Amino acid sequence: MKLTVQVWRQAGPGAPGRFERHVVDGIEPHLSVLELLDALNEQLIDSGAEPVAFESDCREGICGACGVTVDGEAHGREDNVPSCHQRLSGYADGSILRIEPLRAGAFPVVRDLIVDRGALDDLIRAGGHVAVDAGTAPDADALPVGEERAELALDFAACIGCGACVAACPNGAAHLFAGSKLMHLSLLPLPSLERQRRVVAVVDELEELFGPCSNYGECARACPAGIPLTAIAAVNHERLLAGLQRRL
Amino acid sequence: MRFFARPGKPDAAAQHGPAVPATPPPWRAPASAAPGVRIGTVLDGRLPGGDPATAWDRRRAAYKLVSPLNTKKFTVVVVGTGLAGAGVAAALGELGYQVHAFTYHDSARRAHSVAAQGGINAARARKVDGDSLHRFVVDTVKGGDFRAREAEAYRLAQESVRVIDHMNAIGAPFAREYGGTLATRSFGGVQVSRTYYTRGQTGQQLQIAGAQALQRQVHRGTVALHTRTEMLDLVVDDGVCRGVVARDLATGQVWVQPAHAVVLATGGYGSVYFHSTLAMNSNATAVWRAVRRGASLAHASFVQFHPTALPISSHWQSKTILMSESLRNDGRIWVPARSGDARPPADIPEDERDYYLERKYPSFGNLSPRDISSRAAKEQIDAGHGVGPLRNSVYLDFADAIGRLGREVLEARYGNLFDMYAHATGEDPYSVPMRIAPGAHFTMGGLWTDYDQMTAIAGLFVGGEAGWAYHGANRLGANSLLSACVDGWFTLPFSIPNYLSGQLGSRLPDAGDACVREAYARVRARTDALIGVGGRLAASHFHRELGEIMYADVGVARTAEGLARAIERIRELRGRFWREVAIPGSGAQVNQALERAGRVADFLELAELMAVDALDRQESCGAHFRTEHADAGEARRDDQRWAFASAWSVDGAERPGGAMTFTRHAEPLSYQAVPLATRSYR
Ligand SMILES: Cc1cc2nc3c(=O)[nH]c(=O)nc-3n(C[C@H](O)[C@H](O)[C@H](O)COP(=O)(O)OP(=O)(O)OC[C@H]3O[C@@H](n4cnc5c(N)ncnc54)[C@H](O)[C@@H]3O)c2cc1C
Ligand code: SF4
Ligand code: FES
Repeated sequence: MKLTVQVWRQAGPGAPGRFERHVVDGIEPHLSVLELLDALNEQLIDSGAEPVAFESDCREGICGACGVTVDGEAHGREDNVPSCHQRLSGYADGSILRIEPLRAGAFPVVRDLIVDRGALDDLIRAGGHVAVDAGTAPDADALPVGEERAELALDFAACIGCGACVAACPNGAAHLFAGSKLMHLSLLPLPSLERQRRVVAVVDELEELFGPCSNYGECARACPAGIPLTAIAAVNHERLLAGLQRRL
Repeated sequence: MRFFARPGKPDAAAQHGPAVPATPPPWRAPASAAPGVRIGTVLDGRLPGGDPATAWDRRRAAYKLVSPLNTKKFTVVVVGTGLAGAGVAAALGELGYQVHAFTYHDSARRAHSVAAQGGINAARARKVDGDSLHRFVVDTVKGGDFRAREAEAYRLAQESVRVIDHMNAIGAPFAREYGGTLATRSFGGVQVSRTYYTRGQTGQQLQIAGAQALQRQVHRGTVALHTRTEMLDLVVDDGVCRGVVARDLATGQVWVQPAHAVVLATGGYGSVYFHSTLAMNSNATAVWRAVRRGASLAHASFVQFHPTALPISSHWQSKTILMSESLRNDGRIWVPARSGDARPPADIPEDERDYYLERKYPSFGNLSPRDISSRAAKEQIDAGHGVGPLRNSVYLDFADAIGRLGREVLEARYGNLFDMYAHATGEDPYSVPMRIAPGAHFTMGGLWTDYDQMTAIAGLFVGGEAGWAYHGANRLGANSLLSACVDGWFTLPFSIPNYLSGQLGSRLPDAGDACVREAYARVRARTDALIGVGGRLAASHFHRELGEIMYADVGVARTAEGLARAIERIRELRGRFWREVAIPGSGAQVNQALERAGRVADFLELAELMAVDALDRQESCGAHFRTEHADAGEARRDDQRWAFASAWSVDGAERPGGAMTFTRHAEPLSYQAVPLATRSYR
């Protein structure tokens, strides 16, 4: 089929941006939005024009590198699906797709569709880790974890770090991302020892870099890892707990 | 008194004269069948002699140390933040070294380790299923078809125990039994249950744990993390590695990071096949640049093809996503018995189907090892039995399993995978058989290193899939996440300090040094040469064409004729690339066309060496199957002549698109604990 792409072009951070219109022919419905961009880029380079810069890597929904806004929706039309898995089958021949970067105050545009999501790593750096050095860990079997607890930790640990939650949120909050990390680590025996210290460090950074959470719930609708909304609640819950413990 | 020698056991003394302690003749490498190949030196892997089971303990005890007061005086560059890179960078940071970590990704967490699904092996041997450290080694060495180092398999087994403890401690939520202990499963054709996992996301959970441990060191100030920064060359001074040249992918700036030691943990190069289970950006540049600077590449052509990848069904499909091997537990693989039969699968009656794996390998059937399954599929496809729009795949049919177990059971077992398949192809695998095809997946080959994981360039170390020593000619499933973790957390943090201990007080080179200026100038010249081609075709055209050549002739089955043809075609393609490639824009900003063209240029050189290695090695072993070297279709290994690792170096000045000549160095391989034996899956 033939599709028209209206795609965001921006030469660099802070530069003015604009939409450019291109027609791509010979596209099949089971291809992804990113494969459409591949086709467009080959066409552009072959005609001497610069390709549209966009990010992706695994193309199987696990690395979190991809992320574009399609027709106003973070990642694309289908809920809980990353851009690399957003299929074109929902578009009729001749449709127009508007593709732009993930839009969020905390994610400045680097070029075209690439944004800088480094603020998410800043949260991890602040406290999303475990203070155990190589070689010093105790026997993993000597620290039993209930099956359900391990599975629950994994539900939160599944976050792929794509940043769509931030882009989908009208406030640009990163509570789904931060909460998923706090929950993931709080549920496990050794990592939970730093629970209090961690939540203070992560939330301080969260408040500085991202918007506030007003419980819109848009994040969970976009999230390709299916992180549950309880992650948002966890941010406050963990913070309260830390405050209480500090006072005791 | 004995009168007769027993039949079949001739009396050695009688035949060869009295037994004198003979010195074995010096080992000699066989001649090469590949034109122009030079025979190089016999390499010494510097393995600790004696019992391989205790080699690592003895070596570690002999390592020299760096005092904790001195660690901060050393700068170490680590390229790659996958399991191997994040591990070694974090561990060295914990020890107080000054580490510079590089990745071309925007975040350390995205390294392709994240995509591994199945699990990670460990020789913890807690169960009473007969597993042991020794059995792990036997499985690994045999699985690799005796083309890897036995002593390194022991190290892998030994350190695997604490890899699980460590990754668990730093945040990987391993699957647990109801009783709270670690769960394991059986994986990759072994008869014990030693694979640890987290659902189908083992790589992701290990990778996130490793990346956050790395971030902890960034927070502490021991590691400087350079994201979106691609290493493009090495600084080498008189055979000693002194740093890297890198390009900031956001600003285009090229800069040099000097170092006392450099680690390449840059992953596998399976993406040379264009379509593969690797990520879009996976590439060989770091490895190939090291070869160009004097390192050698071992077992260049040993590539594992995964039998259950999604087939390519249309031109723009970007990759062959891996479907979990576990599907073969319940799916039956078949093709139409009649070549060219284009009927839909449901219209092909049972007696007109060929369940070729069950037919040819009755004892293993649909669970035959990866290389055998991949090869059998290719035979069927080449003989015209392939199915799907491009006739390039085989069926994986669940109809019997649904009939036997019911749809619910299959949903519980494979629900996610079936959904993923349906999503990717638009077909419902509950009603229509899945289609699968062999896809390039894992490179057993990699930079040759000694037992301390140092290359022929002093101070240049390697970890993870970029290395070579564990997996021989065929990797055992779930052993590579392990090897990346062992290298990163529990091998390089011992062996690098041993090297650095001799470097105390040595000055880091700076912009005034010739080695730095030359390295910088090389990168600039190469970038200018690429942009200067000024052709009319995107690099992706050449990459796609290269992939076709590689799948056709340097793939799951290889012939002398096909390999010779591939070498010619690759050379011709490389020439065309350097005349016709188009790179719009400049090098002074984000330029993905430039990034890709640089990687494809390196693939076009590496690919030739892969074909040469495959042509040179006149035997079949593991994933390297030479049609001429087979008995009734079964691989024929030749331990008399080929029980050695080929490590290739490239001679000649580097000119864009220029000719290369190759030298084959050899490291003879010997086995003490696992007697040489032939695999059989009949
Ligand atoms: C789909 C899939 C499934 C798999 N499943 C399993 C499994 O179940 N079990 C198992 O044991 N193994 C599995 N494997 C294999 C295993 O995942 C890999 O071998 C292993 O993760 C490689 O780790 P690594 O650290 O060596 O490299 P990677 O994780 O690939 O990391 C490479 C790093 O190097 C960086 N890099 C590369 N070149 C440069 C450069 N020039 N400049 C800067 N940075 C650079 C990248 O940015 C990245 O950070 C699977 C592989 C694939 C593809
Ligand atoms: S919480 Fe979901 S949307 Fe947010 S970064 Fe993680 S995976 Fe992406
Ligand atoms: S490209 Fe990796 S998640 Fe989309």
